[in-house]
Amino acid sequence: MANIKTMPDIKKIIIWTILFIGALGMIVPLIFMFSTSLKVGEEVYNLSLIPAEPTLENYVYLFDNSEFFTWFFNSFVVAIGVTVSVLFFDSLIGYTLCKFDFRGKKIIFVAILSTMMIPTEMLVIPWYIMSKNFGWLDTYWGVMFPGMISGFGVFLMKQFFETVPDDYIHAARIDGLSEFAIWWKVAMPMVGPALSALAIFTFLGNWTAFLWPMIVSNDPSLYTVPVGLASFSGEFITEWEMIMAGASVATIPTLLVFILLQKYIVRGVVMAGLKG
Amino acid sequence: MNVAENVTPVRRGLTIQQKKAIWAWLFLTVPIIFFVVVRFYPTFDSFYISLTEWNIVGDKLYIGLENYKRLFSDPVFWIVLSNTFEYLILGMPISLLLSFTIAYNLDKIRFGHTFLRACYFVPFLTTAVAMAWVWRWFYQAAPIGFFNNVLIDLGLHQMPFLQSTTQALPSILLPAIWAGLGFQILIFMAGLRSVPTSYLEAAKIDGAGRWQVLKEITIPHLWPTIVFLVVMSTIGFLRIFDQVFNMTVDGQGGPVNSARPLVLHIYQSAFADFEMGYAAAQTVVLFVILLFITFIQFSLMRKK
Repeated sequence: MANIKTMPDIKKIIIWTILFIGALGMIVPLIFMFSTSLKVGEEVYNLSLIPAEPTLENYVYLFDNSEFFTWFFNSFVVAIGVTVSVLFFDSLIGYTLCKFDFRGKKIIFVAILSTMMIPTEMLVIPWYIMSKNFGWLDTYWGVMFPGMISGFGVFLMKQFFETVPDDYIHAARIDGLSEFAIWWKVAMPMVGPALSALAIFTFLGNWTAFLWPMIVSNDPSLYTVPVGLASFSGEFITEWEMIMAGASVATIPTLLVFILLQKYIVRGVVMAGLKG
Repeated sequence: MNVAENVTPVRRGLTIQQKKAIWAWLFLTVPIIFFVVVRFYPTFDSFYISLTEWNIVGDKLYIGLENYKRLFSDPVFWIVLSNTFEYLILGMPISLLLSFTIAYNLDKIRFGHTFLRACYFVPFLTTAVAMAWVWRWFYQAAPIGFFNNVLIDLGLHQMPFLQSTTQALPSILLPAIWAGLGFQILIFMAGLRSVPTSYLEAAKIDGAGRWQVLKEITIPHLWPTIVFLVVMSTIGFLRIFDQVFNMTVDGQGGPVNSARPLVLHIYQSAFADFEMGYAAAQTVVLFVILLFITFIQFSLMRKK
């Protein structure tokens, strides 16, 4: 005999069904995007989820007639460059503010924290003028420089370095390691999860960034994927299957990475969100 | 005299404390230069530019508060400001209520949990520009657009969506809510996990109803999480740009500016009209609004 407790609860089934329908609703735009990108001609107007005759024609045309490969490469260079810099500097600053005592420490920390309150939009005009004066327009450096260090990351890393016991650091100092080596070889390996959380956030933020990359690059060969996609879509405005192919190219790689690393990404986002 | 000199550590060089301080400043040199040059100087520069008339090519002309006077007497600016707050006042409560309801129920479900969570979270990882175009396509007239096809299939009239002065703003808001929901759900679920089960069980034994438990135990425990998400999404909606720029014709912000938010107005003033001073004055307004909200956050955080 089935125990009453193990019998499926009608209410639970209803809730599950509603959540399931909602979940499908969330991914429907992505499915439509992808399926339409595989359609050509009249079939585009047929809103079936599975194309009758799937074809990669749109993708071939897109890669032949636009600079999507270049934009992809640019986005990678920019997002990786900024992420590496943020990981290096933010953890170094966070460590210094956490484990060193010196006069002025508090002021530096508060000053860095206060930069989190300045909206990017307020800075783009001076950044643009700076880039123009220094010849940074239409360069990778121009896209990258505003994000090379982030106040948020400093705050996050400082909190995580609190979990590194001071005894380890003292022991390493007695062993004769330099301060830089103590940070790099002793402290850094102990904050791995925080580093990966910061890496995910920084990479994603730069991969999808639009406003500043659009302002700083006029030369299409220096566009990032979002900027390139916006200009491409504006050009092909009535050819929705082409636009969907472009949107798929911009979206699917991140989704594949997510499927592979779901556990780490979810953990990282929660960690950065809660501590940040 | 000689003996005393030998005892003082000065002769042996720097103390450990001093050495550490030197290392600390060494580590901070590049960051300090960065923050001064790329954050603080531009902030003050924006304030200064807002007091000038400048088309970027010529010389800056100091005009005092003229840009602000012009701003506050410009009817378009007031439309833009009210649009911005409309995004916020609709978007923030709707997205938080939805995400809390989903998180609260999803938290209790084991079967298919990971799959469901992944579905809700995936839109957060998409590029706003790409999704703006997908949704723009959804809103097209029949036979192209998904929504109008559904309306026709249901025997209803088509809707103008992005072409309408009243529907454009909510139509653009929807994908913004959709994309942010997954992040809020994750954070809410992490918050729900931190509510001690002993409290919940004790309340149940005392005969508290579901609503009572939610009101008396769960929500007070979630208070920091709620404040955090309210502030994050408030800032997000006040700075909405990517979706509006990509979903409206020529990035103009909808028919007769009906969906144009502040950041788009800033962008158009600065990089289409090249009125740098006027645009900078608008960024100062945005800064003041965000500062005010951060201030409210701090006082709310302190309350609990």
